Amino acid sequence: MSKLIVKDLCCQRGYNQLFSGLSFEADSSNILRITGTNGSGKTSLLKILAGLNAPEHGIVAFEEFSVNSYEYQKQIFYLGHSQALSSELSVVENLEFLMCLNENINKQLLENAINNIGLNGYKDEYCSKLSAGQKRRVILAGLFISKAKLWLLDEPFTALDSHGIKIVENLIRKHSESGGICIYTTHQDSAFENQKVLAL
Amino acid sequence: MNIYIQTLRRDLRIAIRNPSSVINPLLFFVISISLFPLAISPESSTLSQIAAGIIWVASMLSVLLSLNTLFHNDFENGVLEQMAISHYSLPLLILSKIISHWILTGIPIILLSPLLGVILFLDSESIFILMLTLLLATPSLSLIGSIGASLIVGIKNSGMLLSLLILPLYIPILIFAASAVSQAQFGLNIDLQMYLLAAILVISLMTAPYVSAISLKISLE
Repeated sequence: MSKLIVKDLCCQRGYNQLFSGLSFEADSSNILRITGTNGSGKTSLLKILAGLNAPEHGIVAFEEFSVNSYEYQKQIFYLGHSQALSSELSVVENLEFLMCLNENINKQLLENAINNIGLNGYKDEYCSKLSAGQKRRVILAGLFISKAKLWLLDEPFTALDSHGIKIVENLIRKHSESGGICIYTTHQDSAFENQKVLAL
Repeated sequence: MNIYIQTLRRDLRIAIRNPSSVINPLLFFVISISLFPLAISPESSTLSQIAAGIIWVASMLSVLLSLNTLFHNDFENGVLEQMAISHYSLPLLILSKIISHWILTGIPIILLSPLLGVILFLDSESIFILMLTLLLATPSLSLIGSIGASLIVGIKNSGMLLSLLILPLYIPILIFAASAVSQAQFGLNIDLQMYLLAAILVISLMTAPYVSAISLKISLE
């Protein structure tokens, strides 16, 4: 059974201590929503869980593998504030590169994901010509392909319309039902039946 | 497809679709060298004496001009973040980016150098040596430059800072490469300079991708 363990985590940015002594666990099928005011450390926490930021002290481990280990990195899908898209590349070229950073994929899977996220007909469009919501959908299309067990999603619903939000909510639900863990932040209303809330 | 080759192809594709980032440093290279005969003297004896130095200084500066774009766009749009959390080796992903930078700046400089050598009245043997030094040392310029580019990636308007960081590290390459061409003009042995340039290339190949990866990770925090 997959389990994320966070023990006694402390995060400091400059002279500000964002949080300290933070401990929690997330088991298979858990959906964990991180809440808090602006600047409370939600993004910093997700970045620490992704291995992008180093905590002042504390332990982060998934399936007994510590953060930054090869095995840990193979298990995560991280979506940050930025879209991770190059404006000179098309939707399919961007998504292909981003997904290849994590796993081997084929073109058919990519095209299905692009269609399923609601970008039919935009596959060969340059990302510079897409709206903010469509750009967000490109990277979210990766959720259809990703085999990672731990999803770390920072404001996944930003810039999405209600239809887009529903697609992503369904993806998170399916991921949870198949035994995956999803940790996300949002300022919007979202309701998952088995959701836990972590307030910072 | 191998992710490292895919990274290389991606960077080349982006450069082809946004050619100004590649063409501007090359235009600077050609224009700055072609102004020297007008400013100093059109005499072949004068120009051939200083040709190696001029071409090498212009190469260094045009590589320096192109370094700003090496990591900047990927840092801004978040692709570097995704590279950093990938389970693939970040130093090797960075090496792929450095190789694409060399293909886009180093190789055109090598190919243009015979033409500019002729403009500055270099003889054919010296032009051949000039091309050899460029072939041996322009990869080092890209590799060493990547360290500077990774250090300043999160800082705005940092062009001058990049020059201050990187130019001192380029000086040995400039000295050995320019002196190799000058000595070749007099028919002297240039083995020492070529060995030293090769040594610099090997050392920078072994260290630069790792140092760049570490400083990029710090910049991403």
